[in-house]
Amino acid sequence: MTAAIRAANTDGRAALVIYLPAGYPDLETSRACLEAAAGAGADLLEVGFPYSDPLMDGPTIQAANQVALDAGCTPDDDFAVCARLTAAVDVPTLVMTYYNLAWHYPGPGQEGRATAGSSRADGLDDFAAACRAAGLAGAILPDLPAEEGARWRKAAAGGDLDTVFLAAPTSRDHRLQAVADASTGFVYATSTLGVTGERQSLSAMAGPLVTRLRDVTDRPVCVGIGVTTGAHAAEVAGFADGVIVGSAAVRAAGEGGPEAVAALVRELADGCRRSASVA
Amino acid sequence: MTTPTIAPPDLSHYGRFGGRFVPEALIAALDELEAAFHSAQADEAFGARMSELRRHYGGRPTPLYLAERLSAHAAGPDGAAARIYLKREDLAHTGSHKLCNVLGQGLLTERMGKRRIIAETGAGQHGVAAATIAALLGMECIVYMGEEDCRRQRLNVIRMRLMGAEVVPVTSGTRTLKDAINETMRDWVTNVETTHYLIGSVVGPHPFPMIVREYVKVIGEEVRAELLGREGRLPDAVVACVGGGSNAMGLFHPFIGDTDVRLVGVEAGGDGVDTGRHAATLSGGSEGILHGARSFVLQDDYGQVRPTHSVSAGLDYPGVGPEHAWLHDTGRATYTSATDEQALEGFRLLCELEGIIPALEPAHAVVPTVELARRLGPDAVVVLNLSGRGDKDVDEVAEVLRMVDA
Ligand SMILES: Cc1ncc(COP(=O)(O)O)c(C=O)c1O
Repeated sequence: MTAAIRAANTDGRAALVIYLPAGYPDLETSRACLEAAAGAGADLLEVGFPYSDPLMDGPTIQAANQVALDAGCTPDDDFAVCARLTAAVDVPTLVMTYYNLAWHYPGPGQEGRATAGSSRADGLDDFAAACRAAGLAGAILPDLPAEEGARWRKAAAGGDLDTVFLAAPTSRDHRLQAVADASTGFVYATSTLGVTGERQSLSAMAGPLVTRLRDVTDRPVCVGIGVTTGAHAAEVAGFADGVIVGSAAVRAAGEGGPEAVAALVRELADGCRRSASVA
Repeated sequence: MTTPTIAPPDLSHYGRFGGRFVPEALIAALDELEAAFHSAQADEAFGARMSELRRHYGGRPTPLYLAERLSAHAAGPDGAAARIYLKREDLAHTGSHKLCNVLGQGLLTERMGKRRIIAETGAGQHGVAAATIAALLGMECIVYMGEEDCRRQRLNVIRMRLMGAEVVPVTSGTRTLKDAINETMRDWVTNVETTHYLIGSVVGPHPFPMIVREYVKVIGEEVRAELLGREGRLPDAVVACVGGGSNAMGLFHPFIGDTDVRLVGVEAGGDGVDTGRHAATLSGGSEGILHGARSFVLQDDYGQVRPTHSVSAGLDYPGVGPEHAWLHDTGRATYTSATDEQALEGFRLLCELEGIIPALEPAHAVVPTVELARRLGPDAVVVLNLSGRGDKDVDEVAEVLRMVDA
């Protein structure tokens, strides 16, 4: 993952990371949209695994999650989408979901483990193994802060997965260090305070956060939350190593399927290049 | 059974439960809150202001009332059952135990220099308490409430608005308490620098379960002191309904070290725990992570949180506080459930035998208390936490009872 971001940077641009949830608007179309994103210039893909209580997500992604859940999508359906996707495209792909889903994996048939005895194991090792089997390169669990992350990092290391943790504008310096230390692949800098969703303008908090992260880590820093347009992407590309776009891509997927996603990704990729030539 | 110590050594965890599973953006605010709490605990002036407000504004201590007719009902014709005391939280200002917590957190908000309070509410009792404290301290207050709950607890929506709070109906997910909490968390992530999330129960990420417990445990402390005075002894059992678990934790906590005192929590059994249509998290759930803490959760095998059902909006929640998960796991407390029907039966019993219209939440604890009093026999003393009054529920009960009678 780091290599893919650095390759883009060497190429004179910020890496473009596109998030889309599996199962939206349906499993097959979600796979086609992710492939279209890769074909149109995404350097990394994030596949969302729909969860019932996505508290880091705004209305667009919440609604997409709900469509997938209402259709009965399970984590194994989502992994199947990932497996086909990673077999077909050549860009590193991560899963993005909430901790409880990873913790419970693989789901049915684990009752004994989940309810009895006091030293019960969780499903994190199985989840990491399933990520690996589906060709995934890493995971983002936005409700898992670095201090609770030791168990997951151990499982991820066993599956040779990158662990991406979030840094926020409110993080104090000692926390930025902890987040950077716990992260492999890249550090996810949240551009603003808030949940996912499209924004009119980019928050002024993003630049200073990236600067502070530079002081504590050499890892790539990608900026997400609220990045919506090619112009935003160009702005972020001026100071970050990667640009993460979610809600705008989800809306495109819902409104116009793979073609609309490809058109948006081309615009964003253009933005990622534009600023580099300016900078 | 291992006997738990009174405070688990690591304040942020209760055995393997608790912790902080929240987006990074909130961590600084949780640290700030924890620091403010500890400094306030050490500040005599803060303590004095809180006691003063509890007493003259909040109406504490609340009475401990010996419910003779309910006890006689439990005894039946053979006349042998325990004495049942009711801890009258329904008589506290705003009509429930919720004011203890919001007084403490409201003063903490002021101490942190924040002027905007956000809160979730199910039955509306916590929302009303939060709106009350915001009015008292001159703060802005926004309350998130599931659309379904706005309908069934309309009286409380009006009360909140009268006191100047903005009530935001939540239309996502199940449109009840769980989604109201999600929405409040989302607001907090966005406005964390100016806003305090005044959480309404012993749930959420550390330090909330600890702070809320410290503010509500006055309930159990009053019971303990008063009973020692009147009966010269501790109770044999204390019983409370459990939604998120604040009124129960408030009653239980001072007795955790008294291993002869049974701690009994009553969850909402809905149509029956075996029907799947219920909100009995400890009786019918499994371990997981919800709303920032590891605890018990009503969820499917994949970890997707399940819709719940209860006649009572305040208990209609698929999670439970992590310290209850720990008390359950260690066996120190026992958790049972009462169905909607048993809750309505309890509601009627208190209305008809004692002239007290209870909230539907504590109404769940009445039938289990009666059964326990019968089992423990005439020398025993049982305390039931009557956590709130039922004005808010009369429309809903009238409607449901018509259905039941038909
Ligand atoms: C009167 C009353 N009792 C109990 C509850 C349940 O909450 P908890 O379990 O936190 O006491 C509520 C919640 O709204 C309530 O209004």
